[in-house]
Amino acid sequence: MSGRFLSLWFRHLTTDFTIIRRPALRNKPFVLAAPDHGRMVITSVSPAAGVEGVSVGLPVADARVLIPGLEVLDDPAGLDGKLLRMLALWCIRYTPVVGIDLPDGLVMDISGCAHLWGGEKAYLTQILHTLRGKGYDVRGAVADTVGAAWAVARYGRTKALVEPDGHSDALLSLPPAALRIDPLVTSRLHRLGLDRIHRIAGMPRQSLRTRFGNELLLRLDQAFGRVEELIEPVVPTEVYIERLPCLEPICTATGIGIALTRLLETLCQRLQQEGKGLRTALFKGYRVDGRIVEASIGTHRASHHVAHLLRLFEEKMSSLEPDLGIEVFTLEAPKVEDVAPLQPAMWNGATGLQDNGLVELVDRITNKTGTRTIHRYLPAQHYWPERAMAATTSLDEIAVEAWSMARPRPIHILARPEVIEVTAPIPDYPPMLFIHKGQRHSITRAEGPERIEQEWWLSNGEHRDYYSVEDDQGVRFWIFRSGHYAGLKSYQWFLHGYFA
Amino acid sequence: MSPASKQDIVHQLQRDILRLQGSRPSASGKIDLGLGPVLEAFPGNSFPTGAIHELISHRPENAAATSGFTAGLISGLMRSGGACVWVSCTRRIYPPGLKAFGIEPDHIVFMDMRNEKEVLWATEEALKCDGLSAVVGEIRELSMIASRRYQLAVEQSRVTGLIVRNQPRNVLPTAAVARWQVTHLPSIVEDGMPGPGAPRWNIELTRIRNGVPGSWQTEWRAGRFCFETPPAQVFLEGLQRKTG
Repeated sequence: MSGRFLSLWFRHLTTDFTIIRRPALRNKPFVLAAPDHGRMVITSVSPAAGVEGVSVGLPVADARVLIPGLEVLDDPAGLDGKLLRMLALWCIRYTPVVGIDLPDGLVMDISGCAHLWGGEKAYLTQILHTLRGKGYDVRGAVADTVGAAWAVARYGRTKALVEPDGHSDALLSLPPAALRIDPLVTSRLHRLGLDRIHRIAGMPRQSLRTRFGNELLLRLDQAFGRVEELIEPVVPTEVYIERLPCLEPICTATGIGIALTRLLETLCQRLQQEGKGLRTALFKGYRVDGRIVEASIGTHRASHHVAHLLRLFEEKMSSLEPDLGIEVFTLEAPKVEDVAPLQPAMWNGATGLQDNGLVELVDRITNKTGTRTIHRYLPAQHYWPERAMAATTSLDEIAVEAWSMARPRPIHILARPEVIEVTAPIPDYPPMLFIHKGQRHSITRAEGPERIEQEWWLSNGEHRDYYSVEDDQGVRFWIFRSGHYAGLKSYQWFLHGYFA
Repeated sequence: MSPASKQDIVHQLQRDILRLQGSRPSASGKIDLGLGPVLEAFPGNSFPTGAIHELISHRPENAAATSGFTAGLISGLMRSGGACVWVSCTRRIYPPGLKAFGIEPDHIVFMDMRNEKEVLWATEEALKCDGLSAVVGEIRELSMIASRRYQLAVEQSRVTGLIVRNQPRNVLPTAAVARWQVTHLPSIVEDGMPGPGAPRWNIELTRIRNGVPGSWQTEWRAGRFCFETPPAQVFLEGLQRKTG
């Protein structure tokens, strides 16, 4: 096996966190406790309280006997999991594969990562130093297998860095508890005098299985690298993600631009090789002060066209505040789709709505103003004018039915029909003149009515009788009377649109 | 030197000047918009595609006529298969109404921006996009600078840009190649048929670079511009017919 793994052990994870939150508790004995069977039981112990003999699993009442002024704090359920997750996400800057190792550790696949920090020694020192600087009491070890790294981090006495292929030697002198096995099995082994791994390692497998169960054998195999062990990463690895650490924190727009270009080039090259294109992309900058700044874009059609994606990001770059500087950049493509393989020469081949230039234009516009900007209209099978078309934002949707040309439709329509006053000679005849916004239009030509009934299954209301009319200036209107003629009501005529 | 060859030289020089001024004959052959007699007003007797045209309507009631004429132009431009982008912040266009002008309304991408500033930007972006047949921008105030930017953009992309200006406050010189004004005319109906006839407009070409301004009356009939006046006996008294 060629992998290298790093195991981190947070010795006082939750109490360290409490001290970071409340520095006044630093040197005081305190414990975290959670209710268990009707009494408060200690779940973690601060270093100062540990010295006094308080241990995990002790009821709080008993601990108060040992330390009269003991401070007891609530331990919210799942705090350790949340903390580890947070730390794991923070550690993404060191390697893309970070797994949570409950209850108090992290495990990282660092294969091919350490040289970026100048070797494993510097890499490990940097991680431990930074985490200790944050206030966590942490130990770490690097080895060829997850099991060996775990064991050395917790039980190793000498050095934290196990050289390649040296994990068997490092393991042999450790106690069996370093194998991540059930404490019951550990105590049984100790009772039999098997207090070092080298005593177990040489035993026949069959007898170990009958006496201690399958778990011990599995853990032995995993620790010695005979069985592969998988890490469940907090960020799934299938995600298309590229990262770029910087030697010096970047705080200029030019620098960010260069970082983005490089990330895009590598990501797009990978996407192109796999015949995929991205629909959304997320560009993140991990700042020196621990904050994360990000910018995201979306495309209408899967794309791995660097120049285009770069132009989309350009609009968003001004929102990235580097502050004191950004040390790591990542570019992620959460949504990826297959693209039809295109030769670059054929890039501009398609025409009409399939034209790539149009798609890229739409991407640029929507990235600046939001998706509500773009509208296309498809025919809908409704006579009611407001419903005769269906709006869509997609460029790929095609009209399944033809546009109706049975009746004339105006070229301009008012968003809301406007009330007009009319003079009609006889009921149900088109008006002779109408007044709209104080302006009088005398009608010379008229056609109609075209009765359009309300679609009762969609909404209630009166039907409309539409007339297309032309006034003496040649201006053409689309007016309608709402409902049947009723002499008492004078406000039932409306102007709805203009013909060309 | 014979007079004929002198004539040739003058024509050649005129063509060279036109080319230097950025007006190039369209690459994909001549596009026939059916503009008939209007073509004589244009340099080289062809509609300047890949250029900026301004369409101004001074009064609100002419807006629909201007839109109708615009629709007639883009229906010809879209015949080559390209899509059209319509940028606006106060859009009144009713897509089903475009079908009467021979346009498939679903081939038009409408961009509804929030304000005029965004329209200016989006129009420029669209004009730079060379896969399009036409771009319509509803921009009320078009400055010299904006129009020059548009003209430079279309000289690269060869897209035809139609800038529709509804009731502009002041009409200053711009870098657009042509400026049109379209107004309604009462329709002409043969034999006293009832109802309004085909749309009829007065088209005025008030400015045309290297061309001859003029004014024409046209109808949109049977899917094309129709310049010949139909037989007289129009304007009969009492045309006011009713149907029921």
